[in-house]
Amino acid sequence: MRSALAIAADVREGVLSAATTTATALGAIHARNEELNVFLHVDDEAALALAASIDDRIARGEVLGPLAGVPIAIKDNLCQTGVPTTCSSKILDGWRPPYNATVIDRLLAAGAVPVGKTNLDEFAMGSSTENSAFGPTRNPLDPTRVPGGSSGGSAAAVAADMTPLSIGSDTGGSIRQPAALCGIVGMKPTYGLVSRYGLIAFASSLDQIGPFAKTVADAALLLEVLAGHDPMDSTSLREPSPSLLSHVDDGVAGKRIGIVKELYEGADESVIEAVMGAVAVLREAGATIVELSIPELRLGLSAYYLIAPAEASSNLARFDGVRFGLRVDAPDVTAMMEATRTAGFGAEVKRRIMLGTYALSAGYFDAYYGQALKVRTLTIDAFARAYREVDVLIGATTPGVAFEFGTKTKDPMAMYLNDVFTIPTNLAGDPAVSVPFGTGEAGLPIGVQLLGPGRSEAQLFAAARVLEIADGRS
Amino acid sequence: MNLPNGWEMVVGLEVHTELLTRSKLFCGCANHFGAEPNTNVCPVCLGLPGSLPVLNEDAVELAMRIGMALHCTIAPSTFHRKNYFYPDQSKDYQITQYDLPINSAGYLDLPDGSRVSIERAHMEEDTGKSTHLGGSGRLAGADRSLVDYNRCGVPLVEIVSGPDIRSSAQARDYASELRGILIATGASDGRLEEGSMRFDANVSVRKANDPLGTRCEIKNLNSLRSLQRAIEFEALRQVELLEDGGTVRQETRHWDEGLGETSTLRVKEDADDYRYFRDPDLVELSPDQAWQDRVRAALPPMPAERRAKLTARLVNPVPAQLDAVEVVIDLGLEPYVNAAIDAGADPALAIARAANELAGGLDDIAKLTSAAFTTTVLLEQAGELSSTQAKTVLSELLANGGDPKAIAAAKGFEQLSSDSLGATVASLIEANPDEWSRYRDGDEKLAQFFIGQVMKLTKGQANGKAVIAELQTRR
Repeated sequence: MRSALAIAADVREGVLSAATTTATALGAIHARNEELNVFLHVDDEAALALAASIDDRIARGEVLGPLAGVPIAIKDNLCQTGVPTTCSSKILDGWRPPYNATVIDRLLAAGAVPVGKTNLDEFAMGSSTENSAFGPTRNPLDPTRVPGGSSGGSAAAVAADMTPLSIGSDTGGSIRQPAALCGIVGMKPTYGLVSRYGLIAFASSLDQIGPFAKTVADAALLLEVLAGHDPMDSTSLREPSPSLLSHVDDGVAGKRIGIVKELYEGADESVIEAVMGAVAVLREAGATIVELSIPELRLGLSAYYLIAPAEASSNLARFDGVRFGLRVDAPDVTAMMEATRTAGFGAEVKRRIMLGTYALSAGYFDAYYGQALKVRTLTIDAFARAYREVDVLIGATTPGVAFEFGTKTKDPMAMYLNDVFTIPTNLAGDPAVSVPFGTGEAGLPIGVQLLGPGRSEAQLFAAARVLEIADGRS
Repeated sequence: MNLPNGWEMVVGLEVHTELLTRSKLFCGCANHFGAEPNTNVCPVCLGLPGSLPVLNEDAVELAMRIGMALHCTIAPSTFHRKNYFYPDQSKDYQITQYDLPINSAGYLDLPDGSRVSIERAHMEEDTGKSTHLGGSGRLAGADRSLVDYNRCGVPLVEIVSGPDIRSSAQARDYASELRGILIATGASDGRLEEGSMRFDANVSVRKANDPLGTRCEIKNLNSLRSLQRAIEFEALRQVELLEDGGTVRQETRHWDEGLGETSTLRVKEDADDYRYFRDPDLVELSPDQAWQDRVRAALPPMPAERRAKLTARLVNPVPAQLDAVEVVIDLGLEPYVNAAIDAGADPALAIARAANELAGGLDDIAKLTSAAFTTTVLLEQAGELSSTQAKTVLSELLANGGDPKAIAAAKGFEQLSSDSLGATVASLIEANPDEWSRYRDGDEKLAQFFIGQVMKLTKGQANGKAVIAELQTRR
């Protein structure tokens, strides 16, 4: 499939119609969606109508935005007016949001064509998309394996060449981990760079929306569109959006890059080899490599599994059957709420609500949630110290390649450990990107993770681009 | 009311006031009482998935005004979530300030000279309103429950006093003075009957100088009268309980206005665990010094200062006049009163007319100009209008506006000029020679007889002082 950059250029020049690009995407979706279960909702008619209106505007001589006519897949935890939005949960049965997430408005303003909503782990809680109430998504590279999660559908849409771009959300690795497992580029931006308005919250202080793409340049292009201050989100950064695309070829010459022991130790041999290979490439490209240990990062996973469930237990309280979604009738309102939540939420969501409720309870707050906040501060400080030494950190995205269905579902801890390398960045609010580099078991792709301080997205893309070229992907 | 046998009550009040902002605390919906149910709502105040709160700066400004008027420290503050499931709480948590409120450590001086400390005055959002149909009218056992979210997200400030109040009358004075301050700051309309202010009272009793006793909280008192009565009842209940050898159980109690008594709502043991934690959707609120300075500079004078100023215009005021001053301050009628006094009106008369005659017409007060009020009071003072006529003119001015002299003329009040009054008095003297001679001989009581007769003939339109003046000239 052609890059989003190339498609948008052609559509803007009128040599390619949005109707054609959209029809192509819809064709690719329908060819494999039954097999892969990538999309939960596709509205061909609406997508084609939007594409036609874009073609009309171009015919009238209007200058369209940077994503003109580019089909894009949307993770189904983002609100889109009138479009079913489920979070892959039965509890949102039948709900159609009356409003657009800010990112949807920004995509539409840029000329993109949202073609449908993609599968995820219920409420973005999971690392394999197996926690979806609507069945797992299959990895397009090997349908016996998971695509990762929670944004498994969005990663698979791009990996399967259904759409050149997609968006996901990343709370503890939910963009980077599926990007790694599907062999594509995925970035979690700096907290506050992309508005969360309209993203159905999992853990508000950690959630961040970000791009998936086949290439670094396409990911940069999409993030430029998504980023920017939004008065509807109090945590949105006020600084002007960064220029990203123009810096993807800046390279890494003269940069200091730290290879962090805690971000690859324990990973499969092939993963460690890939990380070391990437380090060699970066050194070759002119970066100075520094070996680092940041022991605080080992505490991240435990802190995350208190902070994220605590916030989730409160964020998910509103799914009570009163105003929207599923309602299971019962003799009184309390019983109705209980029956609705019992029937509507899946096992992993319930587990995390209980965990979070417990962590916030009187008598336990200090020992659990309070302690986790202290670890979070330690993590932030530790990263800050590291970034006084180096510009970029490098490690693995995941401990291994895409795994087979069912291999981790019986043991939540085994599943949680899949996010051990990605979680610390979320705690710190910093950006990180996963870029494919090399292959492991069964020829499946490996993701290398590049991390940087707040608002260093341009530098991360530039480093990722060096690896992308070395890996022969462009 | 005094408690028997050396018992003393200790009371602290929590006052919730709705803020008079145009929009809600965290969204752009209208903050307006009385609209059709569920019309002032949006994804944010309905708690729809994906929506996020954004703090209303006007609400912050009003909260700061309250804090400044109560001599509080204004400090950087944060918002927390108070988690509990209830249908009228759209997110199933309330956003409120917890350990770091915007205003803390202030005080309020009462007219009697006592001082009540203010622990905090923090911001939070209001809930929606539930209506339960069938059953007992409460949530449990209702056939159906309806929820109106118009009020959900309306900005509130909760003002928490220290346990400094020692009588139900002082509690009432505190609430009343606070109400005056909230109106003066523009933070609230003070309309208790619309729920703009709601009171919770923490009541305990002890023997003087003993440590504090166990307290009970009486929830949701919505008038000054219920506040005072509920505190009296509760303090006496606790005294009786203790004197009978019992102990007070810490609990939340409900005031039944009809029965005139409090009853257990819930005991502390089953109090909810609200799992407070900092709301990650909101950032720290730290109004900079320039903003604080602007708000402070624009703060109007508070009731205590205005009361002192107006009282100073009275010579040796009597209690009824001080009560009238209170009404004038409470209703913000000083502009009328001061204009009249500055134009030469008797302060006591101007204050009395404003307190008694304007209070009933506040909704239409805009129709009454300050000049018209002044003219009317001066006409009465000059004897050209009787007090009854002056009151009639004022009520007409409130209803329809206009010119006092034209109104008096239209109502035929001009016949009460001194000529016609003189003629009336002369005819009465002729008709009552005995009474007249006794009056001439110095029996001053008979002046009242003639005034009464004049009133009868003029249907109460005459001015008593003018009648006496007419009698004097003929004596």
